[in-house]
Amino acid sequence: MPAFLDISQISMRFAANGPAVLDNVSLAIDSGEYVSVIGHSGCGKSTLLNIVAGLLKATGGGVLLEGTEVNSPGPDRAVVFQNHSLLPWLTCRENIRLAVDQVFGRSKSRGERADWVDSNLALVRMTAAADKRPAEVSGGMKQRIGIARALAMQPKVLLLDEPFGALDALTRAHLQDQVMEIHARLKTTVMMITHDVDEAVLLSDRIVMMTNGPDATIGEILPINLPRPRDRLTLSRDPAFVAARAQVMTFLYDRHRNPAEAA
Amino acid sequence: MLSHIKKGLIASLPLLVVLTVLLAIWQIAADRPTSTLPPPSKIWRDCQELILHPFYNNGGLDRGLGWHLLASLQRVGMGFALSAIVGIALGLLVGTSAIAMRGLDPIFQVLRTVPPLAWLPLSLAAFREAQPSAIFVIFITAVWPVIINTAVGVRNVPQDYRNVAAVIQLRGFRFFTKILLPAAAPFIFTGLRIGIGLSWLAIVAAEMLIGGVGIGFFIWDAWNSSNISDIIVALIYVGLVGFVLDRLVSLAGRLITHGTSG
Repeated sequence: MPAFLDISQISMRFAANGPAVLDNVSLAIDSGEYVSVIGHSGCGKSTLLNIVAGLLKATGGGVLLEGTEVNSPGPDRAVVFQNHSLLPWLTCRENIRLAVDQVFGRSKSRGERADWVDSNLALVRMTAAADKRPAEVSGGMKQRIGIARALAMQPKVLLLDEPFGALDALTRAHLQDQVMEIHARLKTTVMMITHDVDEAVLLSDRIVMMTNGPDATIGEILPINLPRPRDRLTLSRDPAFVAARAQVMTFLYDRHRNPAEAA
Repeated sequence: MLSHIKKGLIASLPLLVVLTVLLAIWQIAADRPTSTLPPPSKIWRDCQELILHPFYNNGGLDRGLGWHLLASLQRVGMGFALSAIVGIALGLLVGTSAIAMRGLDPIFQVLRTVPPLAWLPLSLAAFREAQPSAIFVIFITAVWPVIINTAVGVRNVPQDYRNVAAVIQLRGFRFFTKILLPAAAPFIFTGLRIGIGLSWLAIVAAEMLIGGVGIGFFIWDAWNSSNISDIIVALIYVGLVGFVLDRLVSLAGRLITHGTSG
């Protein structure tokens, strides 16, 4: 019985004779699990996510979702991109609507699709600004629309590519809380790429730590057994949180220092 | 309301000052018997009728500037519309197909450097009439920037948008209408703006040669009758109309692309 999302022995080279970006990466993710992948920039974590999304083809190994191999992009693996990737000529609502029409064009009626768009706007609390264009709303709001667009596809796996990386600290914290709440409510399986240690510990059931490239692979996997719902204020003094945080920090800054800094 | 007018006045004050100073310098420099060009005061005396009554019609070629401008605008409108349709279609083809690109792009790159007026004799030989020849010259002048900018816009659809399309599995015709065309629209309007500017440049020159009615012919006719004042008035009108045309295309672009083009 394979795992819900089974990443097995993935390796990746961008040039035939070039160095391997990823080498023999294997990871099994259970249904409903929140898994973060953390590592220094250039360790190939985004490449890994793009392979799972089907946007890149691995040179070795494969990805199984519910036992079926995936090798092209699809709405069952919806992606929230780092730079939100909203279409600037559509309003926030229309951006979600385009995805919903495309994914549920046959299975839902016109009215059902409109309702579904509205309920996803409400989920990320963007109903009020729904008819503005992306250029007219803040970075945090754009990212919320990106999340709503991905969730509206009812994906089996939600892929988050450094979703809060470009946001200021306060907006980031607010959005992290919202994502935790949505994850608790919808029980979505999530794979998140991040380079923020606190974020990884706060949100994840497991943290996958990547070694530095070339030949990057999984160095260590840390389960985070903190009870949910989690509250960032109480957790910051919780010994288990502090210990987990220290363990990830040790991995990143002691055992696998950023090659750019070490040089 | 009042504060709006006040703000407008303050904003246009530098322009008014510059215009006044330029007119004063011109008046002083040209207001002598040996001067070859008329001063502003003489232009006003000579051309009051022309300036104040743009739509008079005394029959034949003795008509107001408005009629001449309308005739020119009609030619530009037809030629430009044709170049927009053909230019966008060819640009989309060249932008999406590598084979079409290799086959057509070198030809475009050579033909686009041919000056507009060089096409006129060929055009007259083919159409044997002034009107279609002038329209063809406008078309062939404006079509290149439209083709080239459309193709660039199509080729440069950001990878982000392509990724979004891939995840929601937008393909074929829907990818074309939902992603490709709107993403390329700002580039297309840049091409159209360059095109309308070139059209207006070309029409004046073309009309000088083909005669009949039109602002270019009016200028040539005024030169032949030594009405230098008429020429200067016509030049100002040509400039103002060209400016308005540019702004109109720019405005259409902003409306259609919802502010995503400049």
